[in-house]
Amino acid sequence: MGNQISSDIIHINRCDNSFRDQIVELSGENAGLCFHCGSCANGCPFRDLMDYSPNGVLRMIQLGLRPSALECSTIWVCVGCNTCAVQCPMAIHIPAIMDSLCQIALAEGVKVAEPDILNFHQEFLNSVERYGRSHKLEIMLRYKIKKKNWFEDLAVGLKMLRKRKLHLLPSRVKNLFELKNMFRIKKQGVRL
Amino acid sequence: MNKKNGTRFSYFPGCSLATTAKENEQSLQYVFKKFGIELKELEDWNCCGSSSAHSINSDLASKLISRNLSLAPQGIPLMVACPNCLLRLSQENLHLKNDEKARERFIRNWGKPPDTELEIIHFFDLFERMDVSRKIKTLSEKPAGLKVAPYYGCMLARPPEMRHEKNYYGLMEKILSSMGAEPVKWGHYAQCCGSYLSAVRPDAITSKVDAIIQDAVDAGADCLVTACAMCHLNLEIRCSLKHPIPILHFSELLSMALGAKKRLGGWFSKHLINPRPLLRSKGLYE
Repeated sequence: MGNQISSDIIHINRCDNSFRDQIVELSGENAGLCFHCGSCANGCPFRDLMDYSPNGVLRMIQLGLRPSALECSTIWVCVGCNTCAVQCPMAIHIPAIMDSLCQIALAEGVKVAEPDILNFHQEFLNSVERYGRSHKLEIMLRYKIKKKNWFEDLAVGLKMLRKRKLHLLPSRVKNLFELKNMFRIKKQGVRL
Repeated sequence: MNKKNGTRFSYFPGCSLATTAKENEQSLQYVFKKFGIELKELEDWNCCGSSSAHSINSDLASKLISRNLSLAPQGIPLMVACPNCLLRLSQENLHLKNDEKARERFIRNWGKPPDTELEIIHFFDLFERMDVSRKIKTLSEKPAGLKVAPYYGCMLARPPEMRHEKNYYGLMEKILSSMGAEPVKWGHYAQCCGSYLSAVRPDAITSKVDAIIQDAVDAGADCLVTACAMCHLNLEIRCSLKHPIPILHFSELLSMALGAKKRLGGWFSKHLINPRPLLRSKGLYE
């Protein structure tokens, strides 16, 4: 276990509940309900790619360990498949909590544990901003350029092009003005 | 087949079916045409934001979805082809129903109140309503004897607020059985395909996808059938097994049973794992 959890003593009588309350405000979900049965951690198909288990992250929220929760990889690796949400006996929508944590991390400029995942999300949304729809070829090309990893997936990319699964031109929305507007307003708010 | 009802639905294809999964879109259209169902594509629909929008920008995610909801004609059910888009659209609609502030925002953005009674359905619902499994029993070109592993992916899992909504588990098995195909029992039917991690962590997802497909092979399946175009793509591009089995869209298999023989070649040419040798060996493809 990393940082605060092992190196510092956590004074539970001095726990800061404001972090938990902020998450309730943003996601509508109360991490305080979790009693750590571990169902989410057992069911999560991507637990092995995360540094902390999903309920580990909920524990950090309960204890007010803000930096640990915002800097962990778990919040980014979670794809929101809802497997945990179905299994949680307290009916906590855990993926919504992960989303809120990612967004707080971005708003506060916290060091992102999974820059590649953030890079992908940004390229995806850039594509939606440009065309109103996702253009997979361009998303992947821009993603790989930013990652400076040209050759990863080159073979499968070419195969998809040959099979005409990747289109050279995007499918577009006609009213792009409306689309761009949504993005413009947003950019003034949370830093993307 | 029966043209009597000619029922109308508005239709949200989503980005995958509009681009990388054309064969999914075309076979789905084929099925609905055969059943006399008229689909009207949602005029100027936009991307639902997928996982990326709600991960890093909830506000934007909500706007992207609500624009689509604002475009839906009133009183006509909205049929959604992609399970992920379906979840986003129905979740937002539920949100609009329960949250007055969200409704006010909707009116401010789109100049009209949301139609919170709008019925948003997956094409599986339509199959159930049309009683497809009963109709299919009477057909001749059934993929009889084909052993199929029905793969639902994460479409069976939903947020707790939606846990009392109808679940689709068993529908593919029911329709497959009525076709004369044999759905196999296997463990990975609801395992997530990896979504965008397939793009970001290809190696990690390769081992997950291999485990899914290997499980289907071990259960005796000749092929897998998917309900979601993204699952289909991830299973195909990330599989590294030496002897992979074909991955078919559920709509393709259904189309086969409905007599789409001449169209199959065009659809199958888009597959990375060639399904033709298997189907030929079963006498289902020339």
